[in-house]
Amino acid sequence: MSDTKKFMYINRKAPYGTIYAWESLEVVLIGAAFEQEVAMAFVDDGVYQILKGQDTSELGIKNFSPTYSALGDYDVNKIYVEKESLDARGLTVDDLLDLKYEDEDDDWAEKDSIQVVTSQELAEILEQQDVVFSF
Amino acid sequence: MPTLHTINKSPFDRNSLQTCLRLANKGAAVILIEDGVYGAMKGNTVSATVEKALSDLSIYVLGPDMKARGVDESKIIDGIKVVDYKGFVDLTVENDKINAWL
Repeated sequence: MSDTKKFMYINRKAPYGTIYAWESLEVVLIGAAFEQEVAMAFVDDGVYQILKGQDTSELGIKNFSPTYSALGDYDVNKIYVEKESLDARGLTVDDLLDLKYEDEDDDWAEKDSIQVVTSQELAEILEQQDVVFSF
Repeated sequence: MPTLHTINKSPFDRNSLQTCLRLANKGAAVILIEDGVYGAMKGNTVSATVEKALSDLSIYVLGPDMKARGVDESKIIDGIKVVDYKGFVDLTVENDKINAWL
């Protein structure tokens, strides 16, 4: 039996009002460091976590949004965003961070990590996971 | 790989039940516990969504949490099954994984 499991982290909270988004990101990076197959989903207010242009300088707390750009280096390159959640908030993929990874199976070509998927598609992706964490 | 989804918040406080029902795959099980039991009740603005979901999902509600909150079985949507703690444990064993919605 393989030691690698498929982990999915579902993110449903906006970034700075509660600690969930930051905690999720930390756990994702830990899971990836243990060489597990890690994916993330952004649903409901979770889509606000990966909005472009975040600037917390006047709040005195860390803007952790640049950390999402490091995910590709940890082989976290399956980032699913639910279309219905974007639509409900008047957002499109252009409003989101431009997350990339280098595909080692394709001569390190730079590719998009974010995939916008429908509820139905996301339901099927969730079904394929071994472990699901909800944040 | 069937999933057991747990919901522990009222659908009038959080949207976790609504999102869970949107993203649960056909054949999944959902159990309403703690304040989640209010989502099992008839005659409110969420009931129609829950009733519709019953055609694809098995929905359960934890009896002791209903009783504690004065939610009588007669107020529960038809098709939702009331289980005790032992039934809850059985559900965790019957399913491959658990998605504990916050």
